[in-house]
Amino acid sequence: MKQLIGKKLGMTQVYTADNVLVPVTVIEAGPCSVVQVKTQESDGYNAYQIGFGAKKEKRTSKAAKGHFGKAGVVPTRLLKEVRTKEAPGHNSGDELTVSIFEGDAKVDIIGVTKGKGFQGVMKRYDFQGQPASHGHMMHRRPGSIGMRQFPGHVQPGKKMPGHMGDVRRTVQNLEVVRIVPEKNLILVKGSVPGANGTSVIVRGSVKKRKSA
Amino acid sequence: MNPIINEITKEQLKDDRNHFKVGDGVRVHTRVREGNKERIQVFAGIVIARKGEGIHETFTVRRISFGEGVERVFPVHSPNIEKVEVDRESVTMRARMYYLRDRVGKAASKVKEKRIFEALHH
Repeated sequence: MKQLIGKKLGMTQVYTADNVLVPVTVIEAGPCSVVQVKTQESDGYNAYQIGFGAKKEKRTSKAAKGHFGKAGVVPTRLLKEVRTKEAPGHNSGDELTVSIFEGDAKVDIIGVTKGKGFQGVMKRYDFQGQPASHGHMMHRRPGSIGMRQFPGHVQPGKKMPGHMGDVRRTVQNLEVVRIVPEKNLILVKGSVPGANGTSVIVRGSVKKRKSA
Repeated sequence: MNPIINEITKEQLKDDRNHFKVGDGVRVHTRVREGNKERIQVFAGIVIARKGEGIHETFTVRRISFGEGVERVFPVHSPNIEKVEVDRESVTMRARMYYLRDRVGKAASKVKEKRIFEALHH
């Protein structure tokens, strides 16, 4: 599984080779250093750990310094473990750049959505609400939330007002429009969860469409 | 906006984006693809608005076609636009010439021309 940690820079539009204007999200992906390699023998499962984003020496704890020092890499702000089926083909200390996605048509992007706070059901679950006028006095409320004496309680999982957003979401199969290896940029078609400047994970697409 | 994003779109921007302005009579040459063949289609009219900035910038051209007002919005930096010829320059008192939409007949395509304006001041 190819994965990189990146930063969402923002959205813009670019013209493709066939002169079509497409909306793109610009992501600064990597370079990520391989901090640790785990194998079946050493840890009971196969994985490698990647780090992204520079961190001040002063802000790094002694324990973390040891961990990064073992791989011989500079301490990073973010760490992520990537599970692999076979023993990972990377060595600790390696540097992964955005060029690993070169040639890929599609990627998945994982991010944390923008927090919306406590929201009602109309915004949160797209409920219809009730009419605004003609004597109605129940405008944006959910309406009935259950049946009668039987079953006598509200169904578990009933959609109700509450906190919205600020959850991890994956967008699958986003088209890769362009990769700029010199600047560690990947341009994907469409939008990506989260605000500009937040960290996202770029992953090789899990669901591959069969070629027609 | 992030400076890196500006840099990405910079290379696709056209340099000569300011050679026409609102009020000008223009002929827009667009590339049209039909199957494998490519030909040039011309849309002539008056620029009634320019909107947006950077790669998003667009301009609206209005013309009277068979007695019916037709407007087309073009992206300024589109590679499908071969060129924009300026037929007639004019001086306008507005940034957006939406008042032309309410006009009928001959007045609908009339904008004060530059040379008239200049003549008044000489």
